[in-house]
Amino acid sequence: MSEKAEASTAERVWLSLGFLAAFAAGAYAESLGFFAFAKNNPGDIWYLFKEHCYLVGVSSGIAICIGVPTGIFLTRGYMRRYRDVILNLLGVLQTVPSLAVVAIAMTYVGIGKTPAIVALVVYGLLPIIRNSVAGLAGVDPVLLDAGRGMGMTPAQLLFRIEIPNALYIILTGIRTSTVINVGTAALSFLVGGGGLGDLIFTGIALVDPAYMLAGAVPTAGLAIFINWAFGQVEKLIVSPGLTYD
Amino acid sequence: MEVYQFFIDNWQHALALAWQHVYIVTIAVVIAIGTGVPIGIWITFNKRAANIVLYLAGIIMTIPSIALFGIMIPFLSVFGYGIGTVPAVVALVLYSQLPIIRNTYAAIKNVDPNIIDAGRGMGMTGFQVLFKVQLPLALSIIFAGVRVAVVMSIGIAAIAAYIGAGGLGHYIFMGISQSHDSMIKAGAVIVALMAIAVDYTFGMIENRLVSKGLQS
Amino acid sequence: MIELERVTKIFPGSEIPAVDSVSLTVPNGEICILIGSSGCGKTTLMRMMNRLEPITSGTIKIDGENILQKDVIDLRRHVGYAIQQIGLFPHMTVYENIATVPKLLGWDKKRIDERVDELLELVKMPAETFRGRYPRELSGGQAQRIGVLRSMATDPPLMLMDEPFGAIDPINRETLQDEFLKIQAKLKKTIVFVTHDIHEAIKMGDKVALLDAGRLIQYGTPEELLTYPKNQFVKDFVGADRSLKRLDLLKVKDAMLTDPVHCHADQSSEKVLEQMLSDGLNYLLVLDEEDRIKGYVNVDMLRGHKGVVGDVVHPMTITVGPDQNLKDALSKMLSFDLGIVVAVDDDEKVQGILNTRTMVSVVGETYDERGGHWGKITTGGKII
Repeated sequence: MSEKAEASTAERVWLSLGFLAAFAAGAYAESLGFFAFAKNNPGDIWYLFKEHCYLVGVSSGIAICIGVPTGIFLTRGYMRRYRDVILNLLGVLQTVPSLAVVAIAMTYVGIGKTPAIVALVVYGLLPIIRNSVAGLAGVDPVLLDAGRGMGMTPAQLLFRIEIPNALYIILTGIRTSTVINVGTAALSFLVGGGGLGDLIFTGIALVDPAYMLAGAVPTAGLAIFINWAFGQVEKLIVSPGLTYD
Repeated sequence: MEVYQFFIDNWQHALALAWQHVYIVTIAVVIAIGTGVPIGIWITFNKRAANIVLYLAGIIMTIPSIALFGIMIPFLSVFGYGIGTVPAVVALVLYSQLPIIRNTYAAIKNVDPNIIDAGRGMGMTGFQVLFKVQLPLALSIIFAGVRVAVVMSIGIAAIAAYIGAGGLGHYIFMGISQSHDSMIKAGAVIVALMAIAVDYTFGMIENRLVSKGLQS
Repeated sequence: MIELERVTKIFPGSEIPAVDSVSLTVPNGEICILIGSSGCGKTTLMRMMNRLEPITSGTIKIDGENILQKDVIDLRRHVGYAIQQIGLFPHMTVYENIATVPKLLGWDKKRIDERVDELLELVKMPAETFRGRYPRELSGGQAQRIGVLRSMATDPPLMLMDEPFGAIDPINRETLQDEFLKIQAKLKKTIVFVTHDIHEAIKMGDKVALLDAGRLIQYGTPEELLTYPKNQFVKDFVGADRSLKRLDLLKVKDAMLTDPVHCHADQSSEKVLEQMLSDGLNYLLVLDEEDRIKGYVNVDMLRGHKGVVGDVVHPMTITVGPDQNLKDALSKMLSFDLGIVVAVDDDEKVQGILNTRTMVSVVGETYDERGGHWGKITTGGKII
């Protein structure tokens, strides 16, 4: 079992290395400018990177604080009948392209960080709500019956049985949402929200590969890193008694 | 209301942009189906290849689209295709791979082994089993992957307007740079409606594709 | 003691009561079986006792106190609850599962630790091995055991069990039932036990309540149900082979012939052979000096042998305990070529012997529907 896991970790490391190497080799030809740029402007890249992280962090934080309680709320007895309607509405909202959401947010909220964060929160909600609902609704009713029969209060049932069992699926939703947000946050430059999109869009407009790569590489790296980090967090906090493929 | 006025004034132009949008997405998804479905089938025979391919496709999906454009343009411009329709289509094809490959793979893998056994027992060859048994049963799931790919592509194609691919994203970017609110709204609303309509239509087709014997 | 008085349950939107005016009393320390076919209301009736189902009308009293007057959460924490699907929490270890109610009641850690170890001991699952395991790492039988242990973690005087051994294969189920009866003999809980298996009901129950369509049809000891079925429905339910089912009820010690003919391992083979031939015995039990079973010998083994019986004795691998039921004894007997089975106590000391003839006489006697007498069948020591 653990041997297999190690083999697949090794495989993943190998793959990531191969991917990075191919990427670096290809990039080299075009990127003399990129490295020079990165060398000359580390402060700028770092500043925009932090701004990007701030946008993602704040919006994902808000999305989690709204999304998970909403998911819990939608799986309580009295709200269950509205669940499908609300999920369908959110599903439709999610098909709206991210650029359109950002653009519409701007026309209503104006420019700056606020419209960017509003758009990111709205866009990040669905995966979190949907997975929270799916995770909580998927908890075996037998466990709830057992818990209730043992004298748990509704709050104890929620925190000791339902959430621990749904945790993996809820976390997957948060992970999906956050990774999407890293990409959408790059668009916030368009509405004056800053972030690494600044370098990418400017680079494309100026046809300057150094600019483009200086923005694109950290953005892609951040998305991949967050995806990986959440995977580690899942392994850490989801009970080993639960198994998933 | 000014959005409505904007439509009245510019409907021909808007229609042309919408057509451009559809065109890019269609080409990209057709190519993506042409590559993704065979790859998805191929990796059902090779567990190791399946791991590698799905992992790579997963990484590409993780990379934000605008970042992928930023990374791709420097390469493609070596061949003289830095901006315009070509990089847009290349990016859309790359992004569409994951949902199509993953769904093809999962759908074929999920066909009940007893059914395959029955097919073999009747004297079908491997190819016959694949084309007469596995693919028909897997069709609706593969199509669900195509649906995800199309809806996603509509969104990414909007961003591709920035690299000169045209399409409805054009209105959004133009509107932002000119602070022309109704133009922004017009672009955003049409592209949103397009995505929603396509998603809905494809959802209907997907249900039809489920073999009658499998419908509940 | 739990008393039900005209307890009725009507589900919302239904005209027909799921439980219809059931009255019964379960004395302290007894197992009361609720039995009936599926949909008869037995599970609903049980679930009303810890108020998992609201009671439509009637009263349920535990030790004289109406359960509606108690705090529902508190009530449930003091009534054990085990269910067919086990419902072990998959994200918790065996330890955490068993510790659930103790934790809810705020026990300190040391007390919980001791209790968990003690309970695991009870079912012979080594605590060091199993404490830290997750439910997915347990076999079906082990999971069932933990499910039952969890329900008795705080040593509740009253336990509700809904087919607690329902999810495992028949052989494991027998083992679990035997284990459980042993534990119950020590702990003397008051238990309401739901099942649809008449064998289980007869084996486990001090009282059996047979339900049909929400009504209580007959309530009494298993013997009463088998011997005096109230009507055709009860007769059909307990089955046409109910005389055989009585084998479930009778214990080996009630039917065995005590003091069987035997010899000792240090006796001379020639003398024993001579004795057997003159008495017309085909085989003879061989005991050691402390009356423990060594095995048996037959005439062919001894013929021409010089020395002591202990040298040629054939070991007796299949034995029964005096507290096992006759059904188990019969099946063991049938798998043994002599047509007998020897009853030994925990120290392997011979208590008695059962042969096919005693079995037939038991079945024959109890078959007498005019009111056969139940009790010891002791026809003296001799066997052939």
